[in-house]
Amino acid sequence: MTGANSFSVSGYGPERAGWTRVFARDSVARRLDWPILLSALALSGIGSLLVFSATRNRTEINQGDPYYFLLRHLMNTGIGLALMIGTLWLGHRALRNAVPILYGLSVFGILAVLTPLGSTVNGAHSWIVLGGGFSLQPSEFVKITIILGMAMLLAARVDAGDKKYPDHRTVLQSLGLAAVPILIVLLMPDLGSVMVMVIIILGVLLASGASNRWVFGLIAAGAIGAIAVWQLHILDAYQINRFAAFANPDLDPAGVGYNTNQARIAIGSGGLTGAGLFHGSQTTGQFVPEQQTDFVFTVAGEELGFLGAGLIILLLGVILWRACRIARDSTELYGTIVAAGIVAWFAFQAFENVGMTLGIMPVTGLPLPFVSYGGSSMFAVWVAVGLLQSIKVQRPMSA
Amino acid sequence: MTNIPETGRTPRVQIRLVVIQILVLSLLGTLGGRLWYLQIREGAAYQKEASGNHVQQVVQPAVRGDILDARGVPLADNETRLVVSASRTELLKQKDDGKAVLTKLAGVLGMKPADVMLKVRLCDAKTPQPCWNGSPYQPIPVTDKATPRQALQIRERSEDFPGISAEPEAVRRYPAPGKANTAQVLGYLSPVTDAEIQKAKDTDSPYLRSDMVGRSGIERTYDKVLRGKAGVTRYEVDNLGRVIGKAKSDAAESGSNLVTSIDSRVQRVAEYELDKAMKAARQQYDKITGENYKADSGAVVVMEAKTGRIVAMASAPTYDPNVWVGGISGKDYKALTGKNSDYPLLNRAIQGQAAPGSTFKVVSTAAAVNAGYPFDGRYPCTSSYSVGSQVFKNFEGENFGPISLGRALEVSCDTVFYGLADREWKRDGGINPKKGQPKDYFYKTAHQFGLGRETGVDLPNEVTGRVPDRQWKLDYWKANKDAWCKSGKKDGTYVEKIAYENCLEGNKMREGDSINYSIGQGDTLVTPIQEAVIYGAVANGGTMYQPTIGKAVISADGKTVTEIKPKKRGRLPVTQATLKGMDDAFAGVVTRGTAAWKFGGWPQNKIPLHAKTGTAEVYGKQTTSWLATYSKDYTVIMTIAQAGTGSGASGEAVRNIYSALYGVQGDGSIDNKKALLPEPQKSLPKVRTDGTVVDPKVPGDPAKEVEAAQKNNTSNGDTQQSPATSPSPTSTSNTRRRPRRRGGRRMLT
Repeated sequence: MTGANSFSVSGYGPERAGWTRVFARDSVARRLDWPILLSALALSGIGSLLVFSATRNRTEINQGDPYYFLLRHLMNTGIGLALMIGTLWLGHRALRNAVPILYGLSVFGILAVLTPLGSTVNGAHSWIVLGGGFSLQPSEFVKITIILGMAMLLAARVDAGDKKYPDHRTVLQSLGLAAVPILIVLLMPDLGSVMVMVIIILGVLLASGASNRWVFGLIAAGAIGAIAVWQLHILDAYQINRFAAFANPDLDPAGVGYNTNQARIAIGSGGLTGAGLFHGSQTTGQFVPEQQTDFVFTVAGEELGFLGAGLIILLLGVILWRACRIARDSTELYGTIVAAGIVAWFAFQAFENVGMTLGIMPVTGLPLPFVSYGGSSMFAVWVAVGLLQSIKVQRPMSA
Repeated sequence: MTNIPETGRTPRVQIRLVVIQILVLSLLGTLGGRLWYLQIREGAAYQKEASGNHVQQVVQPAVRGDILDARGVPLADNETRLVVSASRTELLKQKDDGKAVLTKLAGVLGMKPADVMLKVRLCDAKTPQPCWNGSPYQPIPVTDKATPRQALQIRERSEDFPGISAEPEAVRRYPAPGKANTAQVLGYLSPVTDAEIQKAKDTDSPYLRSDMVGRSGIERTYDKVLRGKAGVTRYEVDNLGRVIGKAKSDAAESGSNLVTSIDSRVQRVAEYELDKAMKAARQQYDKITGENYKADSGAVVVMEAKTGRIVAMASAPTYDPNVWVGGISGKDYKALTGKNSDYPLLNRAIQGQAAPGSTFKVVSTAAAVNAGYPFDGRYPCTSSYSVGSQVFKNFEGENFGPISLGRALEVSCDTVFYGLADREWKRDGGINPKKGQPKDYFYKTAHQFGLGRETGVDLPNEVTGRVPDRQWKLDYWKANKDAWCKSGKKDGTYVEKIAYENCLEGNKMREGDSINYSIGQGDTLVTPIQEAVIYGAVANGGTMYQPTIGKAVISADGKTVTEIKPKKRGRLPVTQATLKGMDDAFAGVVTRGTAAWKFGGWPQNKIPLHAKTGTAEVYGKQTTSWLATYSKDYTVIMTIAQAGTGSGASGEAVRNIYSALYGVQGDGSIDNKKALLPEPQKSLPKVRTDGTVVDPKVPGDPAKEVEAAQKNNTSNGDTQQSPATSPSPTSTSNTRRRPRRRGGRRMLT
């Protein structure tokens, strides 16, 4: 169960999967979930255009090179694709063995952010700047390790056939496992990521078959926690403003309210077919802040209109729909839990990100999976796609 | 690795996975629905908002149209000046609110730093002029008289002068052709205020921040026509204000030119003669007050009798309208509007009102005829008219015996009208009128003559004057009785006695009121323009015209010419026969009546003149002089406050105006070449193909030329040797001046 060992036993079955057999009958390529892969590629492609449109005139951040962000986004997508292939190569079961190491690394990563190594971007102290224009956001990877870690714990006894459902002790252990990084991320404070992680826990618990008491207990705890945070002034003022201003932009007209308002104007002005790529005046005029990252959806809304923005939602829907199928079709609880965790992650993050640009969710710093500019997020979601593919690919062989 | 196919598909997990799936899809559905709502349902609204978001307007001011006289001579036009402006928004960004920059600027411009600071502060209720009452976002002009050298200094060292600009700009100019300043008629401009912008926002003529707005006179009445439309270029800008594209541009449309009926030469003559007459009156001794006449204000109107077009309109005291250009200084503003000023901004031709004196007899005569007294009847012109203990004297106790109404006009016999008015008053029931409507012929006729309301002249803030009829008396009594009853004493001073009387029966039409009223004394108030309309109507056969100054609007390209037609306002309530009788009587005033001593040697057979003099008492002041005259085509009304009699104060001036119009020389001959306007200007100025108007030059000073023409031949006519400077009555047999009236006339004791 060492890391080195797990690398050597990748794949599953009587023979090692070789690249020569990729397209053979029953080969990995044939069994891949192509809708997910193509949708993810399409989203990344659309994302690169939107990022390009949003940044080609922003000379103050693109270092004078209009293609700076486009190239980096494409490169990130390429690295993400490689990570997916790597994940698929290793297989989620092999990674199951590496979970303790990965978990340890990711927790170490977010701890490092809290040290002077970390940097603050947009009020959240969640980055590690690597130099050369690159930076890492370890909390993105924590999302994966929480899913893998919890799945490992919760599924162990069930997959072993000992139990039908995870017992309370296991659930408690898994919650403890998730709680450590969540608390660290809360200190950053990166509220958006905390919310995603809580939703992931909910999805994971649901899929694990854990007792209803845990599920509802978690929901209740979340609600109580939210109220407590609100009442005890644990949050900074800017965070409260951010929360309140999505519904009423006048609360903070120069800050979050401005973002919300401009985002809504950008999307609303798109109409059915949009202003055309590179022709959105809100985008060209740089009225929406953070438009290549958190508010990238506004570019789609303005320049591609209802059809283009709807296509993005549709593609996300395809990925989520297929991921749900993978979760349901997995022959073992481990795969089901991992897939369900990924579904919860993607679904909430997409809903939150698009929802905040549409003014129905509070503004938090969450990227839109595949579309937003940002290496860490891109790498994490592609690793997740790799996990989904791995679960799908390996299912029939275990029959 | 165990292999239990059922795991992961236990019913509980399976159901929950379906729930998750449904939940996820409904979340995505929510997003789709919201997207549809924003983009399709509300899309149009957001598109509008988006376009407003990133569009900046750059305004090119429209060139304001010229105001031209009847021949095309510009009375108001534009010149290019170097304007140095300060942007408040830029100045306020600086540490000391721009004080250092403004001080430096004052140094370059040779002004006092304090003056510059005052000019760029904003006006509010408590801030006196100088201050900027335009938009705070518009650059504020500090001076429009910068020299090219100063402008260069500022522009070359722009880093030393942040927020200061020096640009050539079109600036309003009132060139005063031939020294005709025409100030009150032209009016003036000042920057548009925020309140006005808001108010006019949704009208068809919205203001731009940079607009100058006509505040008075022609500039105000025809503001919309003259202003044109500023050019607006809409640039798309990004959130930092950088231009990223050009959205739309509307070229500036220059304002139209307004042709007026003013003739700058006649205007100059009128102004000059008014001023001269006032100066002359001040040399005259007033026996009643025991000091020289003050002659503190006056007005003259020259109107085309057959159209109502104003050829000249002057008001004194006057001012130079150019003081408004480029923002008025505090000193100038105080001089124009302060408590100690003589209010030169008032156009006394339409805003000055006074009792009309005997010029009112034109109304009384018509009223008498309408009440059934034949024009050619015989009415006693006794030396006095007694009512109880009250004695109303005729002027200087003259007695003409029984005379017709025409003759009564000619010699201005007061007692004839006293008697008629008194009879009518009694017929209406006296102090307590009969049940039902009293006939009130004298008051009704005044209203029919257009008194007590505006003439509708195309100038702003015209006053109505006043007909002191029963309704007015009642209203006035209601408003003042408390004060009267408090201060009134039966045996007190004159004022206290009057107050006592008024307290008791000021709400009623008393006998003395009606008697006084019949000769234009008492509470009656009339404006010069109202007199011009009335005497113009007598001249033209009975049609009252709405006086107009605007004659035609010529678009900036000269292609469309819209004439402003004369408007009839009604007819005098007088038959043609009576009118003829009055006309003859007014001619008699010039040849043998009250004005004859000033019109000796006038070629009456060639250019018949008609006149009526008037001298009105004003309590506590010297008498107001009136002279209402008309020829075939023109009516000239002149009034001077505190200047004595109508003929004495204004006779010569009015004569000189007619001389100028018709080219009458000092010896009574007529030189058509020197006639400024022997017939009213019918044609409009010619327009060149480029849209500019052909403007004849006005060389020299028309008034001085006219004066010279009169002086060359002073041998003829003793009137020229006895100008108004000579002390009071040079009474020849038919010289009926009215230098004074006894204050007791109005007393009821």
